[in-house]
Formats: sequence, structure tokens, C-alpha cells
Amino acid sequence: MVPDRRGPAHPPSVNMPPYPRARSVPLVAIEDLRVEFAADGGAVTAVDGLSLTIERGETLAVVGESGSGKSVTALALLRLLPQPNGRVSGGRICLEGVDLAAISAAEMRRVRGVEIGMIFQEPMTSLNPVLSVGEQIAERLRVHAGLGRRAAFARAVELLDRVRIPEPARRAAGFAHQLSGGMRQRVMIAIALACGPKLLIADEPTTALDVTIQAQILELLRQLQTELGMAILFITHDLGVVAELADRVIVMYAGRAVEEAPVQPLFAAPRMPYTQALLRSIPRMDPAGQTRTRLEAIRGSMPDARKLPAGCSFHPRCPAAEAACVATIPAYEEIAPGHRVRCRRWRELPHPGAIGAAFGANFAAAAGAG
Amino acid sequence: MTVAGAAEPLLDVRHLRQVFPAARRSMFGAAQTIKAVDDVSLTIRSGEVVGLVGESGSGKTTLGRAILRLIEPTSGSVWFDGVDITRLPARAMRALRKDMQIVFQDPYASLNPRMTVGAILAQALSLHGLAPGAEREPRIVDLLQRVGLSAAQMRRYPHEFSGGQRQRIGIARALAVRPRLLVADEPVSALDVSIQAQVLNLLQDLQRELGLALLFIAHDLGVVEYLSDRVIVLYLGRIMEVAPARDLYANPRHPYTQALLAAIPQPDPIRRGRPAPLRGDQPSPLAPPSGCVFRTRCPIATAECAAVVPPLERYAPDHYKACIRQ
Repeated sequence: MVPDRRGPAHPPSVNMPPYPRARSVPLVAIEDLRVEFAADGGAVTAVDGLSLTIERGETLAVVGESGSGKSVTALALLRLLPQPNGRVSGGRICLEGVDLAAISAAEMRRVRGVEIGMIFQEPMTSLNPVLSVGEQIAERLRVHAGLGRRAAFARAVELLDRVRIPEPARRAAGFAHQLSGGMRQRVMIAIALACGPKLLIADEPTTALDVTIQAQILELLRQLQTELGMAILFITHDLGVVAELADRVIVMYAGRAVEEAPVQPLFAAPRMPYTQALLRSIPRMDPAGQTRTRLEAIRGSMPDARKLPAGCSFHPRCPAAEAACVATIPAYEEIAPGHRVRCRRWRELPHPGAIGAAFGANFAAAAGAG
Repeated sequence: MTVAGAAEPLLDVRHLRQVFPAARRSMFGAAQTIKAVDDVSLTIRSGEVVGLVGESGSGKTTLGRAILRLIEPTSGSVWFDGVDITRLPARAMRALRKDMQIVFQDPYASLNPRMTVGAILAQALSLHGLAPGAEREPRIVDLLQRVGLSAAQMRRYPHEFSGGQRQRIGIARALAVRPRLLVADEPVSALDVSIQAQVLNLLQDLQRELGLALLFIAHDLGVVEYLSDRVIVLYLGRIMEVAPARDLYANPRHPYTQALLAAIPQPDPIRRGRPAPLRGDQPSPLAPPSGCVFRTRCPIATAECAAVVPPLERYAPDHYKACIRQ
């Protein structure tokens, strides 16, 4: 198996300023982040005033549809915004208290190689088709952990074993095109975890996979997190996957956070009409005997980032919108510890018993079983 | 030629096989083939919604296309309204295409970017000589309104629409010729969650309004359950189970169906952490397992499963399963 990831294979960094180790400093702290893209006729705001923290070992899910800003946030965190159009135009992103905008490009490469691992939706586009799978993992170890060729390859085989790839030694000599989609994603996870990162960024890592394989990858991520203790920033559009993995959830819409909460309150008592509507629009299996109902669709479509609606961006699609929702952007209010909502009507809107009812059978079954 | 009575199915697929040649491993190797669809029989009644569910490589898309004869089946027959369309000459087949239409997964790739929406719909109509002259424009306006778009949008191009709107255009085009059978191949997979529900509701409304027979192809049992009267589960080109939708979800009999259901992530954090229901990957379709194709991943397989191809047996009225163990 893989030796302790903080063992001698990974010499402590000499290039980085020493991180403050105080417990109060979160692993990741994003404050008031603003990301813009240059476009015809001015800048488009992709992320508007996003603040979030990720604690060590925690799984934070960022949920949103296309155009919500969820992937752009991850790219900004990695300093990988598409150039020359994308730029961080405001706010700060800190890793263990260090402002990532202030470090050199070389230091940032080290952060991306060692401190943060990444996996994406399409493993095939991230893997090199002409290098063996083992070589690709070994390359990361040679560059960032200073291992020799042989030692790096041996450890690559151990990493393939750790991500539960059968016959890891044989697979290490093989190429990406010889692997199934699920196996490729396991290889990407092995590369991402090679240097024992503190944070794994997973951007829709199971979206392109079959459901039975998705279940395997989610199980693997859960196991690896227990074993290795890294934090995960999980970016997805799928609330089912969120429920499987997240400790906390942030829901984004049109570049802004609109609701965040620990995972159970978010599913049991979502307060933002968008979150409620998203949950209700998921086709789910009805328990036997229950009448098949219509899906509750959200009317309209995602707004165009070039002309966002005034006030609350969700108001044109919101069943509860009123005139005042158009006038001002709602404050992001904390309504319970760790539960924030960007909706000026959250107090008066009916508590989402409808959602409780939709999940009633599940909750009852779970409560009965527990 | 016989005219189908009310009791006869609109579509009757019998022992359909679709075999594709695969690349040889070497110059001297034997020619390899992929059995994308292997001895599949199914029926769809007029006005019935049948869900066809399978993961990648199950043959669901190939089956959908072979049914419409967009590809020529290797063997077997496809009877539409009492006619074996696999034997129809090209001209008769063209005339019949009006009755059988398809909606594709990627609405952008299937709409001509250089044509306005009005022109796209007009082309569909004129191909079959429908709504000529002055009738055409009102018909196009009616189609657009039926799918939730406005008359003013007929002069716009596909790129001016969102993904969900483009899928509405694809649906309008398919329905323009008033088909009796619609094959919808993963029509919402490429859409945002909040838009999926709109398009599914639209399909359901139109299906009921027009009395369409609908073959709804999906990789996800969740989407299919809510639309379908009956559901067919496909694995490596073979049918594993067929049942009325309610039955299939309440009482799945095939271990693969059970695994597919268990694998769907549920939006309920209290139920998290269930182990993944299946180990390993689907075998290569170049070398499918002997006997039951699912046996290599099946939790209850025995030696016998390698020896016999399990027949699709009746378990209850309308409920069939291909498993000798259940």
C-alpha cells in the first residue's frame, strides 16, 4: 500500500512561505471574489462577490447549472482562468492564509502539483494518449516530490492500487485508450492524489459516467477521503450526488451564491425558491403505490450573463417574486448557524413542506431504519 | 399487407440483430464483430410510451436507429402497422418516414445552423408535401406555439436559442409531419436540470394530446419512470427485463435492474453511503460473456449462468425477465 503521504517521499516545501498553522485559518478562504470575462461590448461578470471557506478534511459541494459560475470559481482558485479574457477583478483567494494572487507563477505551479489536486469531467482530455498511465503518475512525483524514475514508477503502481485498479502493475504500463471511462477517472484521481494534496477539486467528475460506475467513483472518493483526510471541493449540477458526498453545500445561480447550509438542512429545509425548485424538478423514483406526478419545472431559462436581470437574478423565474425583488439584490442573510439565504422573502414564504412530502417516504424509511 | 387492428401493436420488432464489423487486431487476425443488438424483440402499442434504458454500450441508440431503419438491421424484422419495413423498397420507406420520427440528444448538432427555424420546419413539411402554399406559415406558427415558442421566433437561427429551446425546435420538427411513432434518443441528457423538467413535461403533454407512440431512450431510470407505461432494460445488446413502469420500480426481478435502481444517487443525505451495487466494468462488446451477458458482474451468478443464454420469461402479466436465478 501507499506509505504515509507525509513521509520522506514528500520533502517539505522550501519555496513556499511557511503557512500559518493556527486552527482558526481555514484551508481555503475565498473573500468577495469577482471574476470577469472580456466580451464584445464590455466585461461579463461570471462570479459576483462570492465568499466561501473550506475547512481541512471537509467536502464542500458547489451546485449550479451552466452559467452559475461554479467552474469559473474553481479555475480562479487554481489561477487557471482562460487567458487573456478571464481575470479576477476583485476579492481574495487564500490557501492556508496565503493569498494565492501574491505568490509567483512557480510557487503557484507547486500549489497545483502538491497542495491541490484536480479531476475533471472528461478524463480522456486530461490524460496524455502517448504516455503510459504509470508514467503520467510518475511524472507528477518526479517533478513535485523529487523522486527518481524507478521510485516514482513504483509509487505510481501503489497509487493505482490505492484507487482500486485491479492488476495495477500491468495497468501502469498501459495507455489511457485501453481503459474504460471509470478506470480513466480512477487514474486521474491517482494523479491528483499523488503528492498528498490538502484539497481535491472535483469538477463534475462523474457526469460523463454510467450510473453504476458513478456509484463506484463516489464510493472511492468517500473511502479515499477517510483514508487520506483531504478536503474536497465538489462541483456539480446533480443534487443526488451532492446528497451522497457533501458536508456543506453552496448553491450558485448566475454568478452568485444564493443559499448555503450543512447538507442535511439544505435538503430538509431549503429556503431559497431556486433551491426548492431544483429539488422538485429532479425526476425521482416514486415509492410503490404513489401516484405518478408531473415534474415541477422551473419556467424560463438561465439568464444571459451579458444582461443579468436587475435585483435578484432569479426573479424572472421565481414563483414568489414581487416588485421589490427587482429593485435590489437581496442580502445574503444568515438564518441559522451556517445557513445563508439570498432571498428577501425567506421569512414569509411557506416552509417547504412540499419538499418534505416529496422526500417523506425516504426520510421515514431512513428514520425507521436508524 | 394487413391493416393492424386496435389490439395489434403499432410497432413489432422481432429478433432484431445489429452486428457491426470491428477492426482486426492484426493483419492475420480473425475479423471481429460487435453484436450491438442481439436478438431483441419488443412491441409498442399505439399511444404507448415505452422507456428503453441502458448504459453506454447497451445498444439502445443502435436499436432506436435500426427500428427507424436509419441503419439496416443485420437480421430480424421491424413491423410497423402490419408492414415489415426492413423489406420495404426505398420509395415506400420514404413515404413511411412521415409516420416515424426521431428527436436527437444534441439539439444543436441536429439543426442546420444556416437555416432559420421557420425554414427548418418548412423543410420538414415540404419533404412530405404537407401544408402546401398558404397553409404552411400558419402551420409553422402553430407548431412553434405547441412547443412553447412564439411565432416571432421563426425568423431566428438555432444559435440564437438556448439548449432547451433548441430541443423544443427539434421536437417541433419531428412533430411537424404528424408521426404516429416518435423515437426520443436521450432528449434531455444535454440540458440543465431545471430545463430537463420543462422538456419532459412538454413531451408528455404532446404525447397525450397527439396520441403518439413514444420510444423514450435514456441511460437513467429516474427520467424514464415518470414518462413511461412500460420500461425495457438493455445490457450489452440484450433485453434483461421488461415491465410496466410501476412494477419495474416496485418489484425489479433482474439483478441488473436492481443494481441500476440502487445506483441512482438519491437527493436525500440521510440515505448516503450505500455501497456501489456493481463491481467492475462492463465487459467489452467484442467479447461478451457466454451465457448470460450480465453474469460477470452479477452478485448471484452461478456456473449455470455461463452455460445458457437465459430466455426472456414471463414473470407476471407484461413483466418479463431474462434471469434463470430469480
